[in-house]
Formats: sequence, C-alpha cells, structure tokens
Amino acid sequence: MKSIGIKFNSRELNLDEGITLREFISMQIGKDLDSNSAAVDGSKLGIAAAVNGAVIPRSAWNSYTLAEGHSIELVTAAQGG
Amino acid sequence: MDTQNITELDINSDPFQVAGRTLSSRLILGTGGASSLTTLESALQASGTELTTVAIRHFSAAGESNVYDLLQRNNVIALPNTAGCFTARDAILTAHLAREALETNWIKLEVIADEHTLLPDPLELHAATEQLVADGFQVFAYTNDDPALAQRLQDAGVAAIMPAGAPIGSGLGILNPHNISTIVSRAQVPVILDAGVGTASDAALAMELGCDAVLLASAVTRAHNAPLMAMAMKDAVRAGRAARLAGRIPRRDTALASSPTEGMMQTLVGDFS
Repeated sequence: MKSIGIKFNSRELNLDEGITLREFISMQIGKDLDSNSAAVDGSKLGIAAAVNGAVIPRSAWNSYTLAEGHSIELVTAAQGG
Repeated sequence: MDTQNITELDINSDPFQVAGRTLSSRLILGTGGASSLTTLESALQASGTELTTVAIRHFSAAGESNVYDLLQRNNVIALPNTAGCFTARDAILTAHLAREALETNWIKLEVIADEHTLLPDPLELHAATEQLVADGFQVFAYTNDDPALAQRLQDAGVAAIMPAGAPIGSGLGILNPHNISTIVSRAQVPVILDAGVGTASDAALAMELGCDAVLLASAVTRAHNAPLMAMAMKDAVRAGRAARLAGRIPRRDTALASSPTEGMMQTLVGDFS
C-alpha cells in the first residue's frame, strides 16, 4: 500500500494512503470510534482536530481522508489559566 | 438587591448567574500552576469551585491521567481559555477548537500583548470578541483594568468582563481598586476579577469592590499548602461578598465615638466638653 507523509502535532509521520481522520484519531487516542466519531465505550473524548489550520468538526472526521502534506493538530484540555 | 434584608441564610444561597447558568460558588479556581494533578484535585475540592479554567494544548497519548478526566470526575465545569494567543486569529481558532473538544460555547478570551507583562492587547482582544460573539460564543473577556475598554467589550456582547487586578501570576493584588469599582458601577454583565490575586485579602477586596466573582489560580496552586489556601480563598470570597451586601460604613476624616456620652459620671463629662 502506498504511504503518505503528514505532520501530526509538529511530528512527521507516514501513514497508509486512504486513512480517514476518524481512523487516525482512533489510533492516537486508543479508543474505538463509531461512524459518528463517538467513543464506542460511551466516554467523552474531550479532543478536537484541525487540519491545515481549519477545525474539522467531529461529524466530518469519518468522511475526511488524509492526504500527503496534511498538518494535523489534535488538542485537549490541559492545566492553565 | 435590597441589602437591608440580607440575612446569613441569604448569603448561603447567593447564586452567581453568568452566561445563563447559575453557580453557587463565586470563586473560580483555575487549573494553572499546580505541581501535580493530585494537588490540583485537593485544591479544587477545598475551594468549593464549580467552574475552572483549562488551556487547550496538543493531545499527548503519554498522559494517562489528564485534567479533562479529573474535572469530569469532580463535576467541575471547564471554562477553556485562549492562553498563549497573541493575535485575534490564533485566539479565534483556539476558541473553535475548545468548543469542539469540550462541547461548550464558553470561552475565556485571552489575547496577550507580550510575554513580559502578559497584559491583554486591547485591539486584538476587541477584534476577537466581535468575531467570537458573532460565532455564537459566550465570551468571558480577560481585559485590562480599563473602564473604557470594559465598556467597549460589553457593547460588543461579552458574557462577562474579567479585569486584571495585576499581571498574571504576579500576586500583586488589586493595583487600581478605583478602576475596578468604576468598571463594576458601569457593568451590565458580571465582573470577574481575574489575575493578580496573591492572598485571601485580595480576593475579599475584589468582592468588597463589587465584583461578582473572583478567578485565581497561581495564588492557590503555587502556595506552600494549596488546599489550605483554596479554603482561605473560599472564605475570603464569601466574606467579601457579605461585606459588600452589608454595606460598609462611610470613611470619615475624624473619629466618631461608638460609646454614648449620655449617662456618664458627672465629674468626667466636664473633662470632655
């Protein structure tokens, strides 16, 4: 399978071509996500994703296919303020 | 509110209403600066706060225990902030990410001018406020202690005005109480004193000046004993609020005896007249 090079939270990564944002995020957070990108275990995710500086709403993760050169940022709550 | 009829019972049920929600605590304890999540959790519990601030940062799979889970476990509402943003553009993107991640349209808007003072950049702050209000956010605007800017932010539709008492993390207290009073006197939305609190008396003063709530983090999280300072802040906010509602006596240039002169021994009265 062909691979694509992407940037994830400032790191370079190679992924299989055709991977969706939902599949990628599921892999990163270690939780199975259903087709609506809700956690199968019923927990709240508490994360958001942006690709190339634009927020991708959770409802669109499943239909969003990652491509060569994409810069993905995955964020969550951290101590602060 | 009719301050004459406030009783101790009333002060025990004196809800804080902000952005369409009712909170029982007027102390907002931020999560920043705690040495560990264990310390943070103890401090949050001791403070009695129902609302806390969080920053939005890169997800790291390494962090098996995280702030988000901690807040969920303790039923504390997360108010995400845009800390670290220097431009309206960055703050707006961060706010949208926060809304998506935490499923809330509340945002503590911070747009910082420079790293040395961490004071807000008024122009970027105002521009970001206008956009985020248009995007449907409840904007809690961290602002300078400037009544004119506070008015502009209010006109732009913020949910709350959050003037700094002093620079973030400085612990210098309230450097310009007069400005805070002026902001309070003109406000149609809640005023939350934010930043600069060093110790309990600063929090009490904020409430005595008429602020609706106090947001602080470092004063507790960096204290030698964080949970104990959290308790002190809880009491200070409550005491300051009660004092505000009770109505302080006017300041006078001369003394006013509190003991009656009537009924004094005759031999002494002459000495005072």
